[in-house]
Amino acid sequence: MAVRPLLEVRGVDKSFGAVQVLRDVAMNVFPGEVTALVGDNGAGKSTLVKCISGIYPIDAGQVVFDGRPVTVSSPKDAAALGIEVVYQDLALCDNLDIVSNMFLGREKRSGIALDEATMEQMAHRTLASLSVRSVSLRQPAASLSGGERQTIAIAKAVLWNSRVVILDEPTAALGVAQTAQVLELVRRLADNGLGVVLISHNMNDVFAVSDRITALYLGRTAAQVRTSEVTHSQVVELITVGYTGSIGLLPDPGSYEGMGGRS
Amino acid sequence: MSVITPPGQAPDQQVVADAPPSDSYLKRLGNLQSVWILGVLLLIILAFSLAAGDKFLSTSNFSLISQNIAVWAVLGVGMTFVIITSGIDLSIGSVLVFSSVVAAKVMAASGGDSWGVAGLGILAAIASGVAWGVLNGFLVAKAKIPALIVTLGSLSIALGLAQVLTGGIDIRSVPEALTDFNTYVRILGVPALPFVALVVVVIGGIVLHKTKFGRYTYAIGSNELGARRVGINVDRHLIMVYALSGAMAGLGAVLALAQFGTTTIAGQSLTNLNVIAAVVIGGTSIFGGQGSIFGTVVGLFIPAVLQAGFVIIGVEAFWQGVAVGTVLVAAVYVDQSRRAAALRGASAPNPLLAMFRTRK
Repeated sequence: MAVRPLLEVRGVDKSFGAVQVLRDVAMNVFPGEVTALVGDNGAGKSTLVKCISGIYPIDAGQVVFDGRPVTVSSPKDAAALGIEVVYQDLALCDNLDIVSNMFLGREKRSGIALDEATMEQMAHRTLASLSVRSVSLRQPAASLSGGERQTIAIAKAVLWNSRVVILDEPTAALGVAQTAQVLELVRRLADNGLGVVLISHNMNDVFAVSDRITALYLGRTAAQVRTSEVTHSQVVELITVGYTGSIGLLPDPGSYEGMGGRS
Repeated sequence: MSVITPPGQAPDQQVVADAPPSDSYLKRLGNLQSVWILGVLLLIILAFSLAAGDKFLSTSNFSLISQNIAVWAVLGVGMTFVIITSGIDLSIGSVLVFSSVVAAKVMAASGGDSWGVAGLGILAAIASGVAWGVLNGFLVAKAKIPALIVTLGSLSIALGLAQVLTGGIDIRSVPEALTDFNTYVRILGVPALPFVALVVVVIGGIVLHKTKFGRYTYAIGSNELGARRVGINVDRHLIMVYALSGAMAGLGAVLALAQFGTTTIAGQSLTNLNVIAAVVIGGTSIFGGQGSIFGTVVGLFIPAVLQAGFVIIGVEAFWQGVAVGTVLVAAVYVDQSRRAAALRGASAPNPLLAMFRTRK
């Protein structure tokens, strides 16, 4: 395991008022691998992603990107580093077409005007390289299916030569065939050398594409394991009680609060 | 060919890149509400032409119509931007009054009828309009007060302050440079005020449809959180959009001064609603994310043409309100049907057909 992590989260704490949402959280993302980030509702997955992508400032700890500690204080900073986040349902602007969406916030210009021709060609090239041919570049995002929306959002990461792509439940609202398509795309991103973080509640998805699993439990990192070294039910235990066998946050008499079931 | 090959792209992919986009421009154009509302306008013009002939279809009639909508067209440019962000600006009429009072005071204090004095007044009007707009925008974007409430408040405050400043009596000392500009000047055969409005409309259209500023305006109205997530400074942009609306109200104040030779303190109480109606008739969605300056101009022409036409064919002008109200409601109904269709995953259908289809 000589490969250096592309993105390293070390000892991150985050509180909202009196509520501590993240406690000493660690996560490693390696290039060319899919790291699944799993945890129950409220475990802190989304908060962690927002801390990495610069939406929330972190209270303590470090984010290390490509070996050097970085401060990410806005989504623009994250994008500049090459961290792209694909949000579940907030990814696209319905009224804008595919090209506009892919370039939103980073438009190409000639003079003061938008350079539509260049943007259209770059978008076309990117989609073609991902074998996406079912959509027309100028159709508004509102007319896309769920799978197509995720595909476009992911294609954005490719377009911008991102190095880390974080996908927030990309298959949550998709049917079987579309899920398979998106997962294939996720795998292809990793095979191209990107570090991919896949947030998912779906164990089938996790085991289908991930190389590693980071499990969060009540705001703490329960375990970072290789997917091949654990079973389905072990991961479920990590998610629901924070440990399995000798892996994870072993129970001590103080840690039983909040275990009353799924929220 | 102006292809920029991004790093890491194989040159052979350019072959793929040259493939034409599959949706034709014409088809996209046909899906715009502003295009079919233009058809409605042409129908109205045709109907009046058949009824009144040359009397309606004369240059002088259309010159009069364009003069009547010049001020509203300028206001409509700002309003289109605001409504596309899914906001609203009810204060434009009052801000126009306030700005015209400030401008008239400044010009009266400087004294004289020259363009120098008028120039001071123009600066004062636009500056006060921008100030109101920035205030509106700040309260909407930073204080998170709904735009309807903020601008309802500033509607009241701006008008109130204008009345305080003048004691409620209109100021009539407008420099001759300004009033002559309206009365005598023609640019390329177009009367001066409509010409100014046309320039503003064209610039507004370019900014909205061809620049980053315009693109972000659509993005915010379409998906504000999404726009934030890609790093757009939404608050700053909203403030700028409301400031633009204020600036247009300031410029509108100058045009109104030139047109009437006096401030119009009591005359702008329905301006905001008329402009909003025009913007919405023109296909700009009150839900945000959609609209065009072209549509707004068409939307302005419909009530103006109806009014002029009714007068010429001898129908009481009161019917104008009835007709405009009907067009407004119909336009929003069609807009909603199209959105519902889009949400169902269909590409936007022909709205005229959709009108019949959604009846079930």
